[in-house]
Amino acid sequence: MVALYHYDVRNMQSTRGSSLLVETLRTFNASKIREDFPILSRDVNGSRLVYFDNAATSQKPTIVIEAVASYYRQYNANIHRGIHKLAEEATLAYEDVREETAKFTNARHSEEIIFVRNATEGINLVANSWGRKNVGRGDKIVITIMEHHSNIVPWQLLAENTGAEVEFVGITKNGTLQQERLDDAVDDKTKLVAVTHASNVLGTINQVNAIGRIAHKHGALFLVDAAQSIPHMKVDVADIDCDFMAFSGHKMMGPTGIGVLYGKRKFLEDMPPFLGGGEMIKEVHTTGTSWNELPYKFEAGTPDIAGVIGLGAAIEYINRLGIKNIQEHEQELTGYALNKLAGLKEAMVYGPKSSKERVGVISFNIGDIHAHDLASILDEEGIAIRSGHHCAQPLMEFVGVPAMARASFYAYNTEEEVDRFVDALEVAKRVFNV
Amino acid sequence: MSSDIYKDIILDYYRHPRNFGELPNADIRVKDANPLCGDVIEMQLKVKEGKIADIRFQGKGCAISQASASMLTETVKGKTLDETKALGKQDILNLLGIDPGPTRIKCALLGLKVMKLAVYGYLGQSVGDEVKQLV
Repeated sequence: MVALYHYDVRNMQSTRGSSLLVETLRTFNASKIREDFPILSRDVNGSRLVYFDNAATSQKPTIVIEAVASYYRQYNANIHRGIHKLAEEATLAYEDVREETAKFTNARHSEEIIFVRNATEGINLVANSWGRKNVGRGDKIVITIMEHHSNIVPWQLLAENTGAEVEFVGITKNGTLQQERLDDAVDDKTKLVAVTHASNVLGTINQVNAIGRIAHKHGALFLVDAAQSIPHMKVDVADIDCDFMAFSGHKMMGPTGIGVLYGKRKFLEDMPPFLGGGEMIKEVHTTGTSWNELPYKFEAGTPDIAGVIGLGAAIEYINRLGIKNIQEHEQELTGYALNKLAGLKEAMVYGPKSSKERVGVISFNIGDIHAHDLASILDEEGIAIRSGHHCAQPLMEFVGVPAMARASFYAYNTEEEVDRFVDALEVAKRVFNV
Repeated sequence: MSSDIYKDIILDYYRHPRNFGELPNADIRVKDANPLCGDVIEMQLKVKEGKIADIRFQGKGCAISQASASMLTETVKGKTLDETKALGKQDILNLLGIDPGPTRIKCALLGLKVMKLAVYGYLGQSVGDEVKQLV
């Protein structure tokens, strides 16, 4: 069993700092990892659960569940204000996670880590705060056709409010970004390039370093939506040289309701607040108000303290498994699943052919079976997949299908589960006489 | 819910939908989608003397949504607008012959919702919450 992060508050001091640079597991064993996830031993419709909806949200290991519970049991208090012991412990734990998140993402300064609800809120923060100050009529925001709605709609709203325009860059037949089109689209009117690191539908990993260079060449800022990448691969903001990066905790084994916006300090310092209220102010007078320093300027009101502490436990757990190990395991599993699906002649699989160009996300259709019907039949077998437009309707229109079924993997999934999944697809074919 | 919902009759209506297509000179056409899953249904009605004289539907979606919409068009053809307004969830379940369960019931009711929007729209009446909450 892994040590529980902040489970014992008496040892809180000793859990700070270097102790989280834990030794990663020498041998990666998904079957062993499963034991850390209580939910994976439950049955669904009479069969052992196969959870392949990880791109929607991941399951939580005991260490995360206990970290949240132990905050409420042992040191629940509001942070940054109280003078008493509980407030001190809660504040230490909360700020400790900020430091760990900075290390995890290789941010230079911990105040570049802003806690928000999720990736969506992080992107909305940039659109409302940075966007309203820096984007005007005739300016351009360049995004891609494979964005999740969360990295489309905030920019459309900003464009509506400022008279700017949003330009979409398309994808190739193989499901990868048309890089040369991006080069054409980004010009000196472009204020921001906002791109998903990994597609939640196609699984495609975008070449964010190269995209960032194109943005910066034209003086535009570069935002990376890391919601689908950071749970599964190393995301290093210094290496990518992105100006903003957003992700959600719940897709990386953390609780729902907590996410992170990373921003380069020089930009965050120059940005006006997003939400007003407590915590984000320095002084409030009837005649006016001055803002608090980073990161508090962007954390109005009591934050999701338990969520932050749970996120810290998730980061510790991922560090322990080793993000490289997780990625390798998922690539193997994805390759295994792609091979099996290639054997089903009725299966249409979308996205890159090679598992090396993907995260563990596979979208597909089987014959004329609608994705919802497929998901219903798989649910019968205890297998959870996603179906529909995946909050990516422009991509669906681009590909020309109304819906897709999607299986998405995580560290705890196994080849045996992929076998059960493929067997269930055969059941669906029989039901629909495909 | 079980795979039993995919009875032959539902698959038959999915693959060979009755009253599917364009209705030229429709008196009213209404389209609506289930925003959660993207299923779309459009109903087109021709009304004569308070009755649905002709009807066509078009749409995209799962077997449950398309089959139930198609079955519904057959049911209402020749019915008065008042009779059509009175149709409810149970009528759809009776048509399907199964209860698709809580996660799929909205698929089954999309056609009914659009049908009601069309009838109320034709009559120039405002739609109650009862209709809005169908899907």
